[in-house]
Amino acid sequence: MTALLQAPIGTIYYAEPWWAQIIKALIIFGIGFSLVPLTLLYERKLLGRFQGRPGPNRVGIFGSLQPMADIGKLLFKEQFKPRGAIGWLFIAAPLISMVFALATFAVIPFSGRPQDVFGTPIGLYGVDSDIGLLLFFAFSAVGSYGILLGGWASTSKYSFLGAMRAAAQLISYEAAQGLALLGVVMTTGSLSLSEIVDKQGDMGLWFIVPQIVGAFIFFVATLAEINRTPFDLLEADSELVGGFMTEYGGGRFAMYYVAEYVHLVVAGAMFSTLFLGGWNIPFWQGAPGFLDPIVVLLKTVVIVTIIVWIRATLPRLRYDQLMSFGWKILLPLATLNALVTAIVLVAFK
Amino acid sequence: MTWNPDSDVVEVARGPEPGGLGGAYRVFGETLRGLKTSFMRVVEGTHTVEYPEEKIPVYPRWRGRHKLHKFEDTGLEKCVGCSLCAAACPADCIRVVAAENTPENRVSGGERYAAVYEINMSRCIFCGYCEIACPFDAITMGSDFELADYNRSDLIFTKEMLLAEPMVRTPLRAEGE
Repeated sequence: MTALLQAPIGTIYYAEPWWAQIIKALIIFGIGFSLVPLTLLYERKLLGRFQGRPGPNRVGIFGSLQPMADIGKLLFKEQFKPRGAIGWLFIAAPLISMVFALATFAVIPFSGRPQDVFGTPIGLYGVDSDIGLLLFFAFSAVGSYGILLGGWASTSKYSFLGAMRAAAQLISYEAAQGLALLGVVMTTGSLSLSEIVDKQGDMGLWFIVPQIVGAFIFFVATLAEINRTPFDLLEADSELVGGFMTEYGGGRFAMYYVAEYVHLVVAGAMFSTLFLGGWNIPFWQGAPGFLDPIVVLLKTVVIVTIIVWIRATLPRLRYDQLMSFGWKILLPLATLNALVTAIVLVAFK
Repeated sequence: MTWNPDSDVVEVARGPEPGGLGGAYRVFGETLRGLKTSFMRVVEGTHTVEYPEEKIPVYPRWRGRHKLHKFEDTGLEKCVGCSLCAAACPADCIRVVAAENTPENRVSGGERYAAVYEINMSRCIFCGYCEIACPFDAITMGSDFELADYNRSDLIFTKEMLLAEPMVRTPLRAEGE
């Protein structure tokens, strides 16, 4: 056991007992759910500041209970279903969205070394898979099925338009997003997220410096992936009422909201893992282990702040602009980035 | 003589052609400029007046809730029950019933006084015509504007309510402020 605790950083452990895995899964869901109101409040407060107003401040101290009030209100509302809606799909779609958003949370590593929890070494991640990156892509792709099915099952014109936009946006951005990460994967030589972070620690250089183009493309594509402004075309309040969630209300609407905010946090955590060195602290190699998750969370908050800042600034793109930006600019740029990285890697090794 | 349009033709300055590398560069620059603009709003701070805690003082000419007045030296009411205010009221919300002053029961400075003086605030449009019509300055518009209530009947203000010194709920702007 002590041997495990002193093992070099980056070693993958499967030595956790089964009960630890189950407790970890529950904790991840718990953290995922409790991060939603926090993010909601943080975004609303910040958005208020960007617009020269204080944001919610009536419920609780500094509005701290505002998300609770919102969620409580939503949960007590009637579960309305339009006549013509496809029943079981209509119910399943928000569930798919929420569950897969939360599942994405499992692959994010919060610490490189196992922490000593009551004498048992436990890694601070849900799954430290060899193919963590692929799992992330898979989960987020399945998560968008929730949006597609929700829009389709509502049998409403606005919902359907929103769902169609979601489908088109998905294929425009998934490709560029994946290709943008090829540079990172090639440099590390692994798809495991904790190895990617360790590589950045070993290099003493975060991937945002050598992979600045990849980081930029990944960031923009992630904005499109999690449906944030300026790519929130599938919600598009001003043109599509509410897009795919026009017909949803009450608890099901809340589920879509949970999915949206979990996506926001996951996007921030993913970006900080891949490009901002995860739990690495610059110029401090021997940082104590308990700081690791705090550092990851701080970097996540920075990225979330930037995303909210962009939301406060940029207007929504037109639909054809979004498509042409994805296919004509991001995809060639990502390909070029991967190509140049490959050439550089071969030339200097 | 024919009209020569040449002198009226004005060259309109056009922006650079969209697209291309220059276009991409400009778009990026404009995006950064927008981000800077919204960030400056954070630096600037909030402009919100948080209403129930914080109130903007009203101007002296503000037409708020009515007040009835008394003579300061004798304590007699200024209103003589002439009903001119009720006649001037476009919303017909003032009801005045006059009665004669007697030596034993002297209420107002004139021959008669208002036995009943009611203003229905749910009908009042706060035009201030009553104030203009009054020959004795007995009724004026005050500064209070927080008149909401749970009952319509509570919005009928009687003479006693209008005569009473109202709670100072609204700050009044000082001269020149």
